[in-house]
Amino acid sequence: MQQIIQDIESRFTITDKETRRNDLCFLTVDKLQAISLVTYLRDYQGYASLTLLTAVDWIEEGNFQLTYLLNNPSTRTEIGVRTMIDRENATMESTHHLWENIQTYQRELKEMFGIDFPGSPRIDEDFILEGWDNIPPYRRDFDTKKYSEETYFPRPGRETNDPSTYMKSKLYPND
Amino acid sequence: MDYSITKFLWTLLGLFIVTNWGMLMSSTIRRIGARVSGRIGIPWYQPWVDLTKLYSLKSQVSHGTMFYLGPVFRLMGGVGLFLFLPMIFGSWHWSNYSFSGDLVLILYFQLFGMLGMALGAGEGGHPYSTIGVSRGLAQFTTIEVPMTLAVISIAIQYHTLSISQIVAAQQGGFFTWTVWTNPFATGAAMLSLLGAFGHSPFNLIQAPNEIPIGPPTEYHGVFLGFLRTNNAILHVAEAALFMNLFFGGATNWIELIVKTFLIYFWSVFVGMVFPRFRIEQSVRWFLKIPTLLGILAIVIFL
Amino acid sequence: MEKENKPQDIPVVKTKNFIAPENEKRTVTAPDGSLIEVDPINDYFCQERPEEYKVKSGAVEKFLNWARAESLWVLGFGTGCGSIEIPPLVTPRFDMYRYGVQMRPTPRQSNVFIISGYLSVKTLKRAIRSYEQMPSPKYVIGLGSCTINGGMYWDSYNTINRLDHYLPVDVYIAGCMPRPEALLAGFAKLKELIKAGKAEKANEYIRNLDWYKANQKKIIKDWNMPDYNW
Repeated sequence: MQQIIQDIESRFTITDKETRRNDLCFLTVDKLQAISLVTYLRDYQGYASLTLLTAVDWIEEGNFQLTYLLNNPSTRTEIGVRTMIDRENATMESTHHLWENIQTYQRELKEMFGIDFPGSPRIDEDFILEGWDNIPPYRRDFDTKKYSEETYFPRPGRETNDPSTYMKSKLYPND
Repeated sequence: MDYSITKFLWTLLGLFIVTNWGMLMSSTIRRIGARVSGRIGIPWYQPWVDLTKLYSLKSQVSHGTMFYLGPVFRLMGGVGLFLFLPMIFGSWHWSNYSFSGDLVLILYFQLFGMLGMALGAGEGGHPYSTIGVSRGLAQFTTIEVPMTLAVISIAIQYHTLSISQIVAAQQGGFFTWTVWTNPFATGAAMLSLLGAFGHSPFNLIQAPNEIPIGPPTEYHGVFLGFLRTNNAILHVAEAALFMNLFFGGATNWIELIVKTFLIYFWSVFVGMVFPRFRIEQSVRWFLKIPTLLGILAIVIFL
Repeated sequence: MEKENKPQDIPVVKTKNFIAPENEKRTVTAPDGSLIEVDPINDYFCQERPEEYKVKSGAVEKFLNWARAESLWVLGFGTGCGSIEIPPLVTPRFDMYRYGVQMRPTPRQSNVFIISGYLSVKTLKRAIRSYEQMPSPKYVIGLGSCTINGGMYWDSYNTINRLDHYLPVDVYIAGCMPRPEALLAGFAKLKELIKAGKAEKANEYIRNLDWYKANQKKIIKDWNMPDYNW
């Protein structure tokens, strides 16, 4: 694992490195280098299997963080490649030529975060939200509670309690 | 009263008895199946309740004339099989409309309902119906091969095409039944019977958890009630046919009920034990041992 | 061995269109060469409004209600986590067959629709289609608190909160998740209602069809089916 990471560091500019376990490590690279890094990992280091592609919304920094989690079936190690992309006009190069199953992840990210992957097959088709006309719901500026209350006829009479104080008052009323 | 009207009324009474016995048999068999897997199973009267409910439902949609006629044809297949089959040997009341060449007609009626159902289900337009129909016709064609060979063998053996005469020839006692005098034909026919009843391993036509229910996917309410009524009649009538051909016929209703139950139970017993075949497996299966037995049965009596 | 990955053909970018491609209005060439205009939504789907089924009176209706109650055919359609509570019902421990409850694979042959848990908008569309294809009289059981008030998904952007705004519900079974015993109790309650002649929500659905359809169309934005799915 360390050998591979040194190999990568000699070829790419790793801005951040985080080793979680002996078999799991996250590398952050620039957006321009991300595709070549995953291609390098897939073709030369045996990380041929894509576990997932996911995104995190860092709204304060104005960024989306994309994570390509790659798995090496022979050594049973995983490397996550992270990259930051701009929140406005969020686009990323499509990697459907490397893994065919990434099309589905890219469709999902397009729908849930509004991250575009130009050229990815069926990217414009509805995935789960058929006919969605609001801002993408996984963006953190989307108020899901407000939307739900406006749309789905909430049943009146629901009480919300903070679990810890509520249980405390129920179980130890004298304290 | 006029001869023909009396005859008709007796036949109608026979049809009524056979329908009810068929439903009781199906619920009994399902209860036995439930006990095998450790359950209690449906109440014995469940088929009648289901039928009442089905006939009272509002029909939802039409897919055209043939869609209506499919279940009617299917029901005609079962009723036709019953009409030309002597149920009780030596009884004028229960011999229905059997005549000297009824064996050939009955072979035809076995396929008639299937073809009607194919047309109706095709009009239904559901893809699973079409898949079920194509599988059913493929399988039924191969079921007919050993069945027909066995029937030809019996016709050669007894020099007749009349079921009544075949039954009459077996009346000498237990060891004059065809199952002892012509075991190969019996073997071929009993193996093809497994497919005709459509229990596992040959239930890919309706395969409830693969193609939802096969040909009757679009059928509901009254149409489904027709199909269920037909199933009750058809199962008893086919079992009675085999009883007449191979197991000495019946001289009273008790004998008929016991024998048809045992013949039907044979297919259920096999179904409880063996898992489902794929269609090409079942087609190959019918064309191997059952067909070989059928050819052997003919060769012996030539 | 390296598997050759060739980039796929660049797909045609489709505009947002709520009619499925096979249902679009188009012109086809018949085998004899003549051109035929095809409009599948209008040609293949019935646009009629549904009618209420007639409730017979007296002993006949009582007898039919008894038969309907004793023969509940459940549609095998699991919508949420509750669908995992239905398979145990056919096992020896619970055995719903002894109460006359059976599973059917197609909506055409079933009477009871169990909405088993949370219902996302995408599934709601399929649930409506399945419900409307069932022959009347038909019954809906709402399983779990998600169907009652949204349950733990009450503030989700994609799951409905109250099932009775979209489909007429006969029996609710509360809990998260209710055990199979609770489902059996729900069936018993439904039988009681049917035998008393109170489970006629299918007619109510048709009487208030406009209200239900307005609610359904409010959240199903890509309404690409006929108003009533026969």
